[in-house]
Amino acid sequence: MAVVFDKTEGLTDKQFHYCPGCTHGIIHRLVGEVLVELGVLGKTIGVAPVGCSVLAYDYFNCDMHEAAHGRAPAVATGIKRVLPDNVVFTYQGDGDLASIGTAEIIHAAHRGEKITTIFVNNAIYGMTGGQMAPTTLIGQKATTAPLGRQVATTGMPLKMSEMLATIDGAVFVERCTVHNVAGIRKTKKAIKKAFEVQLEGKGFGIVEVLSTCPTNWGITPVESLKWLEENMIPYYPLGNFRTPEEGK
Amino acid sequence: MAKVLMKGNEAIAAAAIKAGCKHFFGYPITPQNELPEFMSRELPKIGGAFVQAESEVAAINMIYGAAGTGARVMTSSSSPGMALKQEGISYCAGAELPCVIVNISRGGPGLGGIQPSQADYFMTTRGGGNGDYRHPVYAPATLQEAVDLTMEAFDVADYYRTPVIVMGDGMIGQMMEPVEFKETTRRDLPVKDWATTGTEGKRKPNIINSLALDPAELEKHNFKLDARYKEMEEKEVRHEMYKVEGAEVVMVAYGTTARIVKNAIDALEKEGIRAGLIRPITLWPFPMKAFKDIPETAKALLSVEMSTGQMIDDVKIANEGKLPVHFFGRTGGMIPAPEEIMDKVKEILGGGK
Ligand SMILES: Cc1ncc(C[n+]2csc(CCOP(=O)(O)OP(=O)(O)O)c2C)c(N)n1
Ligand code: SF4
Ligand SMILES: [Mg+2]
Repeated sequence: MAVVFDKTEGLTDKQFHYCPGCTHGIIHRLVGEVLVELGVLGKTIGVAPVGCSVLAYDYFNCDMHEAAHGRAPAVATGIKRVLPDNVVFTYQGDGDLASIGTAEIIHAAHRGEKITTIFVNNAIYGMTGGQMAPTTLIGQKATTAPLGRQVATTGMPLKMSEMLATIDGAVFVERCTVHNVAGIRKTKKAIKKAFEVQLEGKGFGIVEVLSTCPTNWGITPVESLKWLEENMIPYYPLGNFRTPEEGK
Repeated sequence: MAKVLMKGNEAIAAAAIKAGCKHFFGYPITPQNELPEFMSRELPKIGGAFVQAESEVAAINMIYGAAGTGARVMTSSSSPGMALKQEGISYCAGAELPCVIVNISRGGPGLGGIQPSQADYFMTTRGGGNGDYRHPVYAPATLQEAVDLTMEAFDVADYYRTPVIVMGDGMIGQMMEPVEFKETTRRDLPVKDWATTGTEGKRKPNIINSLALDPAELEKHNFKLDARYKEMEEKEVRHEMYKVEGAEVVMVAYGTTARIVKNAIDALEKEGIRAGLIRPITLWPFPMKAFKDIPETAKALLSVEMSTGQMIDDVKIANEGKLPVHFFGRTGGMIPAPEEIMDKVKEILGGGK
């Protein structure tokens, strides 16, 4: 019988620890598949964040670093500057990238580091148990925003892709979703493009992926796919913000 | 090789390059700026890279990444910047990453001042970051020693898989002295088979990591590190004894302060007063055993520091309650004068002023 779906060689055999319905796992798979399809797995070095995906170093089937909270883009910079011919990526959550690590991500983009960032935005601090993130939506409940996020005291949710797209060195910026099949396909394409931009030496590339956290959103996996579509996408519009012109 | 006249910060940078360091990550701060400036000029010429990071936090995390690839890497800073680097130093210690970190220290606390100081002793020898770790700390007193120790620091870092700190006070960074770049006595260094250079499909992935969620596993890791620290305490301690034989007061001082203390000792000798010096060259591991060689003639110890008294804690531990321990220090960027030190010695011996 023909095999129609197989686990990618880009991931190890280690079983994911993610909650049922969490989309971190899908995003891992897409990154693994892309690295294999581009034929670069053997020369890739990944950087895991602090967050639910902290153990990503056990899942990606390539050399890995586990970085301090928010510092993955700095760690990746160090790796890439020593090994300019290797492929380097970071995988980061929204607390990691949009809160404690804002300086590191902005300046990696600003320097035009030839690295790729996979940014998993689930509008919450998953690992620590559902505290408010800079990306938490207005009115969304979090353990540190028990009445729902209020603009007056916490501001509006941070749009990282829009912000990074204003930086010249960030040559590829796209926001995607993995809540449905069409979204997953588009996300894979964007991830591939972001790695290609790195391989071509053009600059910094980032793919923001809207992702679910049924556990801390307090709803079922199926409800969380719907919640993402109805609440996150209107505030975080999907699409490409920057892409290098062909031939350049 | 012939001697060349160099400024301390540049001599340390040149020594690092001689030792095979081709990658440097740092953030500007006085009084160490000539070091990154030198690197930004020289490293691109030898196919290396200089990166001016957005902060000291980023710089030390770049070191974490670069050291993980197996390269010889360096960052430098001064006191407030060193405070920011502590996160990354702790991660490097936990992940067993060799790297060399230079602190050309200045007065604190807070923004403090920009003049020479030794007030970072606690932060540097007590593990300024979180967790159960140590790292060697070299405290050169001359530029030649700064050059020699910087070169050796890379070998020690590689040998033990540890961050190593070279701590010079502001004077070491700013003054000029003739230096010579000598070959270090090479150690048998282990192959860096743990480095992340890409698997090329030929081996299992290498992982640079300081996380161990299982307490039994983390304890095992910490005991492994501890065994290495004990080995360093055994093999890597350095100190110098100066005129300790027959001394009535034995002073303890490091870095440029030790040079001032030597002047005071020589001047006291001319007045017929016998004083000596124990000069720790490694602040960690601290030369505890040197205190066993203190002669019967000694009536007291005197810790002399450019701080309000930090190393004195180690002096007291090493002394094991045997002799009275006195202190003399200037702080905030003020430098002790030999006369002040002489007066303190006379006061201890009951002569008064
Ligand atoms: C310096 C530091 N501060 C705080 C923490 C605690 N911490 C661990 S994960 C995390 C938030 C992670 O959230 P996010 O990046 O959104 O990842 P997710 O778990 O949602 O995927 C925090 C605050 C830490 N490990 N280190
Ligand atoms: S807590 Fe949320 S982000 Fe973390 S694994 Fe569970 S569902 Fe995923
Ligand atoms: Mg999150």
